[in-house]
Amino acid sequence: MLPLDPLPLAASASNLLAAREQMAFTLGFHIVLSCLGVALPATILVANYIGLKKRDADALELAKRWSKAMAVTFAVGAVTGTVLTFEFGLLWPQFMDRFGSAFGIAFAIEGIFFFLEAIFLAIYIYGWKRLSGWAHFWSGVPMVVTGIGGAFSVVAANSWMNQPQGFTLDAAGKVVDTNAWKVLFNPATGYEVPHMILAAYMVVGFLVASIYATGMLKGRRDRLHRLGLLIPLTIGLIATPVQLLVGDTAAREVANHQPAKFAAMECIQETGSHQTEYIGGVCTANGVKFAIPIPDLDSFLVGFSVDTEVTGLNDIPADERPPANTLLHLSFDAMVGIGSALLLLGLWLAWAWWKKRDIPKTPWFLRAVAVSGAGAILALWCGWIVTEVGRQPWIVQGYMRTSEAVTEAQGIWFSFAVVILVYATIGTIAILVLRRMSRRWREAGGAEVEETGAPYGPPTAEGTA
Amino acid sequence: MSKADAAAAILWVGVTFYALFGGADFGGGFWDLVAGGAERGERPRALIQRSLTPVWEANHVWLIFILVVLWTAFPPAFSAIMTTLYVPLALAALGIVLRGSGFAFRKSVEGLQARRAMGATFAFSSVLTPFFMGTVVGAVAAGNVPADGNGDAFSTWLEPLPLLVGAMFVATSAYLAAVFLVGDARRAGENDLESFFVRRALAAAAVAGIAAAFGLIELHSEARYVFDRLVDQGLPLVILSALCGVGLLVVLLRGGRRPLRPLAAGAVVAVIWGWGVAQFPYLLPTSLKIGEAAAPDPTLEVVFVVFAVAAVLVLPSLGLLYALSQRDLLEHES
Repeated sequence: MLPLDPLPLAASASNLLAAREQMAFTLGFHIVLSCLGVALPATILVANYIGLKKRDADALELAKRWSKAMAVTFAVGAVTGTVLTFEFGLLWPQFMDRFGSAFGIAFAIEGIFFFLEAIFLAIYIYGWKRLSGWAHFWSGVPMVVTGIGGAFSVVAANSWMNQPQGFTLDAAGKVVDTNAWKVLFNPATGYEVPHMILAAYMVVGFLVASIYATGMLKGRRDRLHRLGLLIPLTIGLIATPVQLLVGDTAAREVANHQPAKFAAMECIQETGSHQTEYIGGVCTANGVKFAIPIPDLDSFLVGFSVDTEVTGLNDIPADERPPANTLLHLSFDAMVGIGSALLLLGLWLAWAWWKKRDIPKTPWFLRAVAVSGAGAILALWCGWIVTEVGRQPWIVQGYMRTSEAVTEAQGIWFSFAVVILVYATIGTIAILVLRRMSRRWREAGGAEVEETGAPYGPPTAEGTA
Repeated sequence: MSKADAAAAILWVGVTFYALFGGADFGGGFWDLVAGGAERGERPRALIQRSLTPVWEANHVWLIFILVVLWTAFPPAFSAIMTTLYVPLALAALGIVLRGSGFAFRKSVEGLQARRAMGATFAFSSVLTPFFMGTVVGAVAAGNVPADGNGDAFSTWLEPLPLLVGAMFVATSAYLAAVFLVGDARRAGENDLESFFVRRALAAAAVAGIAAAFGLIELHSEARYVFDRLVDQGLPLVILSALCGVGLLVVLLRGGRRPLRPLAAGAVVAVIWGWGVAQFPYLLPTSLKIGEAAAPDPTLEVVFVVFAVAAVLVLPSLGLLYALSQRDLLEHES
């Protein structure tokens, strides 16, 4: 462990809180955009493929529009991702100093994927007019592969923080040997990586579909809106049941390998068998209040038997228990609840399609789809709260505490305030820009929309915009 | 060459590419900033927009490459730099966010006023970002970053050498961008814009040269170790840089067409490697040597593999992107 923090204890604790809040905020912002980077290319290419294969002008138009929206979201995603790269050093310098040589391995590989994604994304986005149809389509395929590869590398790095391995420490705690294979394929990689990639496909599928469902609720029932709803919704609905299986496995693995996290998110106070599963509620040291209890279910879910013993917080040393148990518990429940609701949405569509080859007629279906995008993002955030807050007080589980990793630099609360201001502004402008693009497309009614002239030329050029 | 030295060389390759291509993108923002009012600046801004749009994100990834190689291969150096120079680094990060979003938004927001605000955000942060990056490099070269980090948050970079290097970064970016834009204007057949950027390339070269000369004087007084090696082992590279710079001036003044870009790039590349040679064997002169900061060998080997894969996959892909862009096969509107 590191020598004692030279800062006074109170100042240090305040720094830690500020750094954690800033990291959480910037990560929460970026992760939505990174989902778009991972899964939007595949969604666009499906529409592009249908458009080319079936000579479907509507599908092609959708692919074009989505790729233009992606140009905006990818740009904001690239710069907010860069901020996270800086923050590893600016907020957690001791972590990088001690473990950069192990943790960095996954990120070094991510660099290649990000590079290739940025390159082929540019070729695809800006190649619509002058590259021939199929050549253009194939120029987009590397985006799909590199998006998944990039997600693998970044989430493998996070998995390593949860279940670190593949390094040797000397007596002073310095990393003296590493094993790249073990770092990359640590025990958490197997479930964290697919969980996140599927989450990205769900977020994109439901988010894009929700935009078109909103349009249809406003009476825009043309074929473009139907396709714009069906293509992404199908992708999201295929990902959902697989996600529930992966998530179920992940929870069991967490119970086995990170018992403190599991006990906190399930509010288990005493180790034992026949653990009750609590739905909702408030976690207290004397048990869960205001929850719906289901006897024995928690033990059953962990080990397929009500006799399965599950570790409670009483067996975790007090200074190694995760904070904010109620937040963890409710986040976990919200994630599972939203995932299950999205599964039901899929079954509803599948049933209607099987009966009538059509989406359900009732506006309630469109209303459900219209909120599914926000729901998927909420579930994504909840999942990351469980993963990250549940790992506390550790930054590298069992090896380094977050309090040991944090910077001694002053002014983190100030930088956090600046970050909130800047991100709120660019988030708002990004949404306004995307809405304006959509309005212009609608007004053009399928005609080519072309922006000409200088980026902010004289008012005459404005007339064409 | 030890494995640690090889990893440092890879880091320098990343720095070189970022300085050339990322630098030119920053410089584009500089010329956008000083292009004048909406009417007068319309055509230069349109040219800058066309040149930057398809490539700036790919060019930006070199920065990620540098940071990741630094923290993976040399974790203590990364930590020392971050805990000492966090003020200019945070400002550079802020600049990166504002610049990228401003550029992405400025074509698509509603109304001239909003466009100008976005454009100004992009252009202004395109100047601040390389300036603060330059102060970081200057502070490292000046030997102001202690090996254990936590150096003074302000005095380490608010002194003549880092500030001069910051100014040099801005001028060099502007110079590179102007030279690239001369070629782009020529290809587009816009002769007046061509001479517009020729004049600006000359001016930026002069400013960069003056900043470099004052920088050398400051280097002599503030960073003697680096200075001594620069004028000894690094001398051939310094001469090469000067020759490229003078050669470019001659070509520009005589209205020549070739080889503008190789000469401009050569001048910058030679300075970067001259700096590397001058610092050697220190990563943080004179407190942390490359070998002392290096990660265990298996990690360095991962960095080598990544670099090899990047050379095989990323460089040809980048080449394809530039080729498509230069042949006008990519649109510049989104």
